[in-house]
Amino acid sequence: MKLKRYLRLLGVQLKASGLLALQYRADFLAEGLSSVAWTFTALAPLFVVFGDRPSLEGWSFHESLLVVGWFTLLQGVLEGAISPSLTGVVEHIRKGTLDFVLLKPADAQFLVSTQRFLPWRAMNVLSGIGLFTYAFVSLGRWPSFPGLLASLVLLGTSVLLLYSLWILVVSAAFFVVKVDNLTYLFTSIFDAARWPSSVFRGALAMVFTFVIPLALMTTFPALAMLGRLPWTWLVGAVAGSVVFAWVARRVWLLSIRHYTSASS
Amino acid sequence: MSLRTSLKALPTLLRIGFAEAVAFRAEMIVWVFATTMPLIMLALWSAVARTAPVGRFGQGEFVGYFLAAFCVRQITSCWVAWMLSYEVKQGTLAMRLLRPISPLLAYATDVLAGIPLRLLVVAPVLAVSLYVVGARAVPASPGGWGMFLVSLVGGWLITFYLNVLLGTLSLYMESSQKLMDIYMVLFFVCSGYMFPVEFFPAGLRTFIDLLPFRYQMGLPVELMTGAHATGEALGLLAKQWAWVAGLGVVATLVWRRGLARFAAFGG
Repeated sequence: MKLKRYLRLLGVQLKASGLLALQYRADFLAEGLSSVAWTFTALAPLFVVFGDRPSLEGWSFHESLLVVGWFTLLQGVLEGAISPSLTGVVEHIRKGTLDFVLLKPADAQFLVSTQRFLPWRAMNVLSGIGLFTYAFVSLGRWPSFPGLLASLVLLGTSVLLLYSLWILVVSAAFFVVKVDNLTYLFTSIFDAARWPSSVFRGALAMVFTFVIPLALMTTFPALAMLGRLPWTWLVGAVAGSVVFAWVARRVWLLSIRHYTSASS
Repeated sequence: MSLRTSLKALPTLLRIGFAEAVAFRAEMIVWVFATTMPLIMLALWSAVARTAPVGRFGQGEFVGYFLAAFCVRQITSCWVAWMLSYEVKQGTLAMRLLRPISPLLAYATDVLAGIPLRLLVVAPVLAVSLYVVGARAVPASPGGWGMFLVSLVGGWLITFYLNVLLGTLSLYMESSQKLMDIYMVLFFVCSGYMFPVEFFPAGLRTFIDLLPFRYQMGLPVELMTGAHATGEALGLLAKQWAWVAGLGVVATLVWRRGLARFAAFGG
């Protein structure tokens, strides 16, 4: 059973990361505090924008908080589960130690994507949920059940998109050798997802919906929670993210073939 | 490590740095893409200003401001903190210490030597800004240009010293990564990188004026777009250079004391 074997492998990798995290328990507090501080600082531009006017491109302050909430939550997923592993890949490629991963009798993409988890970094997920709660309390209503369900589906597609984007960025490391700042590149592009996508017009709107699908990641789930997301968009998002993941997988396989190790 | 040997080595160091920058030009392009936040903020604030101007900022002013912010960021950006903490962790700082030149000077020339290539990126953006905004995109008088250039040098120095300070902290603590993250957030929010500092409410504004961040980015951008009268500008420049001097002294002291603690692998 191939799937069962990979699930067991995932369990082993998770356990190793978990044990490591338990060694640095103090980090729990540090990460928690910094997550809260970070979230508040990240809200500063929002306060500045909405201090001046009540709504921006059809989004009120509290509705925009939902987008920021999704942004924060995904940031937690990114920092806790996706980027720690994949930053390691860049290091592997540069040092040529990726050979050891490729030699192992399991899929290389699976192995490099699960090599490291930082559970404490996932504190942002809690901050995000806190923002949702605050936003809905202030709005004076709760999301409908189908809306909530749709946003959970979109959480899945968002994580898939985020992961695929990371795979694409990491694949670039095979071609551009000195790329210490790939993580930085990624976070700074992802930063645009903090804003409701309707503020972007023209070419930028196209890019953020179809090329770097940031709109799908944060604005769509927020719309779903508000019950304003058309069903067709939901279907489009799911189909789009599957296609995106497939493309990322293809690019990864191509890049792996391009890899020549350190000595050759 | 006398001053004379350092000065003599300076042209060579700059040449090597430039050659490296050319060799790793792909990395620079990645970096330029990573610093496109002003363009995103431009899109956002243009959307805000579409219905009514914000303070003195209409859509045109925002274009001028954020394109200037992009240019200033290209020229003043610095990655010495990351380099330093990486080299401390890997132990390769020891190699630098063996050389008869202060590592700080080597880092500085490394960053400075990248500027000519960065100007290649800045030039077209500046041209677009001039085309869209007109003459207001750059200082109006030679005096204005002078003050802008002084503020640019000041901004570069503050950024460099803050980087040295942050990087040096990795000699004292296990990981200064968290601190660097915090620095980046503070820089983004307080420097005028995401929005002009004058958008802060009055009370916060006085506090922001006391912090170094707004002199890294906001001041050069404001002087470039001619936001201040001469007297006011000179006052702000004085504050900026006070930060340059203060940070210079503190960074050098912390660096010297930190080096005494440095123990490379095998040392």
